[in-house]
Amino acid sequence: MIKVENLSKKYKVKGKDIFALREVDFTIEDGEFVIIVGPSGSGKSTLLLTLGGLIHPTSGKVFLDGKSIYALSVKERAEMRKTSLGFIFQTFNLIPYLTSLENVQVPLYLAGKSPVEQKNIATQLLTKVGLGDRLEHKPSESSVGQQQRVALARALANNPAVLLADEPTGSLDPALSEELLSWLVTLQKEGHTIVMVTHNRDAVRYATRSMTLINGSVSENGQIVS
Amino acid sequence: MRRPLLAAVAEVAAARQRNKMRSINIVIKELYERKSRLLTALIIIILGIGVIVGIRTMTHFSEKAVARELDSLGANVLILPKSATISDYYTADLVGEELPEAYVDVITTSDLQGVDNLSPKLTFPVTIDEEDVYLTGILPLNEFTSKPLWQTAGTIFSLPEGCGSVSVPVSDKATSTRNRTIDSLAPNEVLVGSEVASRLNLLVDSPLIIKGEEFTVTAILPQTGTVDDGRIFAHLHTVQRLFETGPVVNVIEMVGCCSELSKGLLVDGLNKLLPDAKVVTIGQIVNTQQNTNNMMSKFSVISLIIVVLIGGISIANYMFANIHERRKEIGALLAIGATPGKICAIFLIKAAILGLVGGIIGYFVGTILAVTLGPRIADVPVLPLPSLLGYSVLISILLTTLSSLIPAIRAARMDPADILREI
Repeated sequence: MIKVENLSKKYKVKGKDIFALREVDFTIEDGEFVIIVGPSGSGKSTLLLTLGGLIHPTSGKVFLDGKSIYALSVKERAEMRKTSLGFIFQTFNLIPYLTSLENVQVPLYLAGKSPVEQKNIATQLLTKVGLGDRLEHKPSESSVGQQQRVALARALANNPAVLLADEPTGSLDPALSEELLSWLVTLQKEGHTIVMVTHNRDAVRYATRSMTLINGSVSENGQIVS
Repeated sequence: MRRPLLAAVAEVAAARQRNKMRSINIVIKELYERKSRLLTALIIIILGIGVIVGIRTMTHFSEKAVARELDSLGANVLILPKSATISDYYTADLVGEELPEAYVDVITTSDLQGVDNLSPKLTFPVTIDEEDVYLTGILPLNEFTSKPLWQTAGTIFSLPEGCGSVSVPVSDKATSTRNRTIDSLAPNEVLVGSEVASRLNLLVDSPLIIKGEEFTVTAILPQTGTVDDGRIFAHLHTVQRLFETGPVVNVIEMVGCCSELSKGLLVDGLNKLLPDAKVVTIGQIVNTQQNTNNMMSKFSVISLIIVVLIGGISIANYMFANIHERRKEIGALLAIGATPGKICAIFLIKAAILGLVGGIIGYFVGTILAVTLGPRIADVPVLPLPSLLGYSVLISILLTTLSSLIPAIRAARMDPADILREI
């Protein structure tokens, strides 16, 4: 379960305080697929990265399975990201000089898995997302859709309870967007908790719940849309 | 259908074997992928280490050569024609000008104290079987007494011992100086340096024609690494007769000893005794050589400082640029659970690999330069110094890792939020 309490994040831009998040409160239960919709600059990415333990909030708390993640040390938060969280980004952020297989192996290596385990798990995951025959292709040799699937496999490498997706369909055409969202639905049904931020309101039909973030505040907190 | 499936499985299996994921693999793959970008940094390290290794190697062999020459010469005082310079020390008998051989008698009949041995020499270039060599006239026992390296040449000489070592029965030092010029080489006998023997295929008892006269090789001298290896030695009076010079020499080498030498009394006495000759002590020679070697040592220290400064700044610049280029990667790695320490380690491993490769290649570049250019610059034969490999690698790794420390720490402290939000 993810619990956000009175979460605020303030940036200083040219001497002025800019609030990316203002006293945000919400709870996401295990197994939910929550989409947070909002226009550019509304604070979506800041919220997602704060949930992922990557941005210290100015005030407020984020709990993951009852633990206040910003009370943890840097090392403990890194450990938490390794084991409990998976990230998917709009631009995939694959390591360009590594193959698909190696990209998926990296989080497994960071989690301390043996080379044999790394290869086995990475191969299984890439096969699962339909890339079993493209293990040795580098990102530059793969299509956008394939890169996004590698990124998805990498996010799933350590079988995290929570998947955090930052505009994952932002670089995809409608067909590939649908394919990715279907994957996320499948993963949610397999028990993963999914939190996705996007500016694309059409995506909310795949979610079990949606929220809208405007100027750093949650203005809507709806139940199942479709 | 089975074959494609098996082929696919085999391909997957092969791929599995190929892929190992560790920090060092990430670093090596990144280096391989972006090899052109690290070339400049690597060239700077290689050149820097190469210059240091080159200078150190040449200095080492120059120092060795000085020690070897001095050791082989044995003499610590030279009596030269007035026009000779200190740089003529090792080839003092090739200056062309001559001294009267009578100077030897002047010294031996004087009451000068502290003279252990006198070795007059007269040298001329000769051509034998179309090979150019030097024929040096010596008084054999005197020559042998002053040259420890010749003592293994055979049974024709006996080993001298200690200060005042000429094997002539003496009652006191004053009389000993008057009985030093002893003949032990017959008029038709020659001693041959090892290099000449090799070039002319000479063995003991081989006949040899010099200026129309037949000689017999009495002994092949052991290799000394000095100019003596390229010479043929005959009796001084034989050479004087062959070249019709009369009783002259080019140089008189002297082994001086005891307090007379250390207090400068011997040199003062020689200067008074032989006002038309130049008396040079080994101290002056050593000082000149040491000054040259010290200059090279200082130059190598200056080079090291320049390499550390320029190399360090270049590596740091390269690392900063590399970190900026890879900030997306750093953000992604932090997001998937890499600790700042792991990020720092990745860049330091990269720096260490650069140092290792730069150090090894730099060592070989420096060694090749030293071996190739050493004989021309330092006028000594230069060989590889394997012991410098370890130092090269150590200095190189220290340089690259220390230069990369600040960039690596900066990479580790990058705010993932800044990176990931700009993506």
